[in-house]
Amino acid sequence: MVPAAKQRGDPAEQRPRAGRGHYTIFLGMAAGVGKTYRMLLEAHAEQEAGRDVVIGLLETHGREDTAALAEGLPVVPQRRVTYRGTDLTDMDLPAILRRRPELALVDELAHSNAPGLEHEKRYEDIEDLLDAGIDVLSTVNIQHLESLNDQVAELSGTRVRETVPDSVLGRADEVVLIDLSPEALLTRLRAGKIYKHERVEAALNGFFRIENLAALREIALRQVAEEVESKRLVTDVVGTREDLAADLPQAVGERLLALVEPYPGAQRLVRRAWRSSQRLGAQLDLLWVAPPGREPDPEQDRQLQALRQLASVLGANLIVEPGDDIPDTVARVARERGTTYILMGRSRPARGPARLRVPLPQRLMEALPGVDVRIVADRSLRHEKAP
Amino acid sequence: MNPPAAVVVLVVAFAGGVTAGWFLLPRARRRPHQLPRGTRRILLPFTGMSISRRSFDAAVRLARAEDATIMPAYLARVPRQLPLDAPLPAQCLQAMPLLEAIEQRARTQGVAVDTRIIRGRTYRDALRRMLDSEPVDRVIVSATANSRKGLSAEDLEWMLEKVPAEVLILRPDPEDRRKLTAEGVEGHF
Repeated sequence: MVPAAKQRGDPAEQRPRAGRGHYTIFLGMAAGVGKTYRMLLEAHAEQEAGRDVVIGLLETHGREDTAALAEGLPVVPQRRVTYRGTDLTDMDLPAILRRRPELALVDELAHSNAPGLEHEKRYEDIEDLLDAGIDVLSTVNIQHLESLNDQVAELSGTRVRETVPDSVLGRADEVVLIDLSPEALLTRLRAGKIYKHERVEAALNGFFRIENLAALREIALRQVAEEVESKRLVTDVVGTREDLAADLPQAVGERLLALVEPYPGAQRLVRRAWRSSQRLGAQLDLLWVAPPGREPDPEQDRQLQALRQLASVLGANLIVEPGDDIPDTVARVARERGTTYILMGRSRPARGPARLRVPLPQRLMEALPGVDVRIVADRSLRHEKAP
Repeated sequence: MNPPAAVVVLVVAFAGGVTAGWFLLPRARRRPHQLPRGTRRILLPFTGMSISRRSFDAAVRLARAEDATIMPAYLARVPRQLPLDAPLPAQCLQAMPLLEAIEQRARTQGVAVDTRIIRGRTYRDALRRMLDSEPVDRVIVSATANSRKGLSAEDLEWMLEKVPAEVLILRPDPEDRRKLTAEGVEGHF
């Protein structure tokens, strides 16, 4: 491993710090992958490179090797807080700010602070340190990110209460993924390196099931890949780190709108639209432009209910808008919702004077410049007209 | 009738015929995949990452014979900690390509398909909710030799007793391991 200090050159050059500190987050798929350990290794490397490093807050969780690695690094003692007659301890933010180290280690950024302190959440404390020009190393597990909370809760059966906005990752200068194969993590767990032996069995049957870990690992890898892509795009567009977080959604945010009708083929269209939205990390809206003043027949009603169910299980929004003019209604909804991508199925063959009209995709492209329009094909028909 | 008048009549008749055809021909085309009212429905519930080829083939055979629609339904379990209407993206990631593969295969065999993802606290709960909201004519399930996967023996017993439809349970053949999986999807999905 090349320490960050060495990568950045002579430590003396780092001393006159103007502006915000440098922020590195070690991200993991689960407890025990080695985020804190890696953070401590990095801290030692920085200290050896001559920098003033302190531990602002360290959670060893009783792990001996982690505690041993922390030896030799100065610690800012935690402060005691009394809340409703209970003594709590927490990171002493004012003491770190007074001490003004060059680099502070703050473990578990998603932690909720004891009531009555400067901020509700530890990641907000970190912002103060960065604003004071102090570099920060911190850690977080993937399940604490707000946007992934539902997904991780579904996988693990455990709803994480301590969440942080995804923009916290966006504000970091470096996100370091601490990756470990699920098998290796389970070996560590069984060896008692993560939890004490009496908790291992419960962990193996709960959160630490191999299929859970594999899925979490995939989520973590994808998250970091998307972070890298976002940063690359935003750096190209904006150029400065300060603007990065604020401009992130506008620079890379995608929102998909799938045009549906209450009939079985719509399920296929929704499937394809949802897969695209997953790949783009985008929100998905489904829109049915309903003929005004006409009640759906029982079959349409049933299909509409099925679409509602599907939208709900996918986390998409089903919008039903009455409208005579489909392109106008679609364009209005797309503008209101900030759509960047429209997906639609093949239109029915026009009949009568409708044949003279400009086709719907073309009208949409004219009405919504800058919005992609994609016609989703039925793959099972691919060989029907083969020569 | 003099010749110019006959020509005019012919031209008018021809134009009328073309216009009528232009207006009427597409009406004769049935809207793709539209379910006719009162169509028969065959529910094909499944769990996990594959579906038994035996139950799929049986459903297709019956659907063709009866001009029925197959309803492949992925049963998703909602963890207790989540509300019943919670989004289930991880299970959907598993279900979506498999539903696509099933639909593509059934459609190439000329069978109409109407897919579902159904939530419940258990597989049986999901099935019950589905049947409460959408009556079907027949249910085809594959019994599994592995009691930890899919519908249990108790679930099948419950279906035979409670489901207001014909239930067809296919006995597992230990030699027949053919399955339809997400890998069967045609093209990029």
